[in-house]
Amino acid sequence: MRATGTVEEKQGIVSKTLFYVLLIAGALVSVFPFYWMFVIATNDRSGVFHVPPLLTVGDQFFVNFQRVLELSSFFTALGNSLFVSTVVTLSVIFFCTLAGYAFAKYEFRYKNILFFFVIGTLFVPQQLGVLPTYVIMAKLEWIDSFKALIVPAMVNAFGIFWMRQYISTAVHSEMIEAGRIDGAGHFRIFWSVVVPVITPAMATLGIFTFLNVWNDFFWPLVVLKDSSRFTIQMALQQLFTTRDGLDYGMIMSATFSATLPLLIVFLMFSRWFIAGLTSGAVKS
Amino acid sequence: MQQPVTASPAVKTGKPFLTERRLSSLMAYLFISPFFLLFAVFGLYPILFTIYLSFYKWDALGPMKYVGFKNYDLITSDPTFWISFLNTLLIGLMGTVPQLLVALVLAVLLNSAMTRFKKGFRILFFMPNITSIVAVTLVFSTFFGNNGMGNWLLDLIGFDPVAWGSGFWGVKIAIATMIMWRWTGYNAIIYLSGLQSIPTDLYEAAKIDGANKRQQLVFITLPLLKPFIIFTVLMSTIGGLQLFTEPYVYLGQSGTGSTREEGITMVVYLYSEAFRNGFFGTAAATAVMLFIITIIFSVINMWVSNRLGGDTGGSKA
Repeated sequence: MRATGTVEEKQGIVSKTLFYVLLIAGALVSVFPFYWMFVIATNDRSGVFHVPPLLTVGDQFFVNFQRVLELSSFFTALGNSLFVSTVVTLSVIFFCTLAGYAFAKYEFRYKNILFFFVIGTLFVPQQLGVLPTYVIMAKLEWIDSFKALIVPAMVNAFGIFWMRQYISTAVHSEMIEAGRIDGAGHFRIFWSVVVPVITPAMATLGIFTFLNVWNDFFWPLVVLKDSSRFTIQMALQQLFTTRDGLDYGMIMSATFSATLPLLIVFLMFSRWFIAGLTSGAVKS
Repeated sequence: MQQPVTASPAVKTGKPFLTERRLSSLMAYLFISPFFLLFAVFGLYPILFTIYLSFYKWDALGPMKYVGFKNYDLITSDPTFWISFLNTLLIGLMGTVPQLLVALVLAVLLNSAMTRFKKGFRILFFMPNITSIVAVTLVFSTFFGNNGMGNWLLDLIGFDPVAWGSGFWGVKIAIATMIMWRWTGYNAIIYLSGLQSIPTDLYEAAKIDGANKRQQLVFITLPLLKPFIIFTVLMSTIGGLQLFTEPYVYLGQSGTGSTREEGITMVVYLYSEAFRNGFFGTAAATAVMLFIITIIFSVINMWVSNRLGGDTGGSKA
């Protein structure tokens, strides 16, 4: 990755400065809304309309957040999201790893066609099937049940693709052979030979899945009607729909509180995260 | 009709009447079966049923009534449908074309040998993408409030305030900005990984042959970056056509839950037809139209980005 110094010809101080100015401007644009979120969350409800805009952190955060708690079941929604995201993530890691392992290391009829089919499903927009899926959920009486969010998401094509790519290169067939000779069963080999080698890929898939489920809005909006079942995204949206003047201090204190956990997780695991993103990018 | 399957595949242990080979493929089928079971129930069946449903009149409760192409006639003669189509295209273009260009520039800057702190910049650029769309929309709606920062900045440089929440272009610029903020860094990092995959000796060889910076860009960088460009263009196309959360949240604050016409997108139209008006037939027809449009635009955009870099087509990294 590190360039050897001969890649770019020596350029003047001017262009170097320009490079950094642009990059820093980009970084500021990326980060500023997070800071702004916190500024509004910590100032009183008129803070957002201050001219010129406020740029300093205030001390009203808990006052604002108190109003969030009065208006919504913030922590219930947070718990709902945490529960759904965790269950889906564990399930996706398990089933996608299993299927990716089969596609990477087993020989069976129609393997290539089936794998091609898996990839093909990636390009079908979710909205195409949303109405019948809603009807299925209604028939199963899963409206307002977390099962409606969890069951359809338990395994996905991207995860299978991602695990297959990783297992193909990271797991050597000799290791599996050795396990067979020792008389270990198929699942046993998977669990004690394959899984320990591929935990980084599983972690990346896990972070991605968790984030996607946590941030999803469309499908929960369709199947959850009872406010005690709302996910955190729906709870945030609800705070925004009041008819009488918008209380941005309150809204931003909730938004900030809902974003902070993800931000911390991201900063802790950013290495895995970005590595995963880049190696999963090109599917050809 | 079809009995939905609760997929909880128990792991069976094969018994000795099977040969080792057959057991092995049986296990493989078992391992991949959860995906295919779930896809059959929650993927394939709903898609086929959507197409079927688009020829029926149905409110999701009563009996279904066959109406032929009437649903398609109804939506194509509904001005709101065409407004939603136009809005989706405009917002999609405004949100993705500048975004991909900026992402490419950022990636080139980051990839430059003289740039330090690459990892730090990558993390910062990627931060917006972890934020939920709802949160992004809420934050940006403070920017684009009537007395918000957006108009303050405009005033500062001597422009009149813009009606970000109700103007034809105002609404679209606001939503496109939200999309750009959330996705530019993501695409920059995809491009960066593409740039890093180009062997440096290619540039050295070109330099020895006397190629200048521009020629290196046109004949080496762009062609080798092509798979990455196609990927981002395709993903942006599909994502742009499915736009829902930003306009729904941004323009839904009236408490009525309906979205202003300036920001209604095709998926918002679909959603309100089905879940607000109870017209499942026309909603299904909208979904089918959306799918056809998605295919058309994906093919066009793939073709266009494939032509990028001129006569060097077909070269792959």
